[in-house]
Amino acid sequence: MTAKDELDRFLHTDPRDVGCDQALRILHVYVELVLDDESGAEAARRYPGVAAHLLSCGPCAEDYEGLLLAAREIGM
Amino acid sequence: MPPIDGPAGRGSTGPGDETGRWLTARSGDGPAREQALARLHELLLRVAHAELNRRAGRHPITGPELDDLANQAADDALLVITAKLGQFRGESRFTTWAYKFVVLEVSSKLGRHFWRRPAVALDALDWDQLPDRFGMSPADHAERNDLVTALRTAIAEELTDRQRQVFTALVIQGIPLDALVVRLGGSRNAIYKTMFDARRKLRAALVANGYLACPARQAKLDPHDARRS
Repeated sequence: MTAKDELDRFLHTDPRDVGCDQALRILHVYVELVLDDESGAEAARRYPGVAAHLLSCGPCAEDYEGLLLAAREIGM
Repeated sequence: MPPIDGPAGRGSTGPGDETGRWLTARSGDGPAREQALARLHELLLRVAHAELNRRAGRHPITGPELDDLANQAADDALLVITAKLGQFRGESRFTTWAYKFVVLEVSSKLGRHFWRRPAVALDALDWDQLPDRFGMSPADHAERNDLVTALRTAIAEELTDRQRQVFTALVIQGIPLDALVVRLGGSRNAIYKTMFDARRKLRAALVANGYLACPARQAKLDPHDARRS
């Protein structure tokens, strides 16, 4: 990937991106959809704005990964 | 940014048996409620430890300090959960909903902890860091220099003071977003939105000046890569 590609990828914004507040509000639902379908396709289909946000926001993606792991590994 | 999309998750299935037991125990009084809260705190503490350990390479906290931070996160999350219990709508298992709050507490506390490191001044900028932030290879020397110059110009000319402050803090200085929230105030969402708008403006400027391909043209050239268009 060239320097131009890297910069372009970083500056790219997705108009479907719902932002942190809305993504975090529904994150527990999103995570359980991913637990049911590990590909994440169903979660992304139902919540494309959240999927777009998680691709772009490092802190929310980090919280998503942590919650997914907790729900999968610790559960009840 | 658009409103959230999609149906309300698992709302139609309602809480499962285990979730129902949690809610019954927690809404009562006396020893059963105390036991349920103690059990929940134990689970939250496990999640906090797991989360701090998962992020181990990205923070310097170890030993008793890590245990203390995990306990604080579990304590604070339990307070939030107790206060928000009426907002739980059965869209997921109760524990998944509850764990979200302890994960968020861990993020927030790591953001605060960042500023305990040796001084990081918001106005100390090292623009030489910029190529590395985007993984630009030194092999692309000429292209790299052109892009960095164009980007610096766009940052200076296109962004508001606030956007410039947030962009440089996150990108040039590498300050974590949650730490910047602590320093600048506001919320993660507000800082993200500021950065989102800055990225959009910078990309538009670089496209207008011929440094990046315009989205429509790029889509025609690369129809299989929708994210890039």
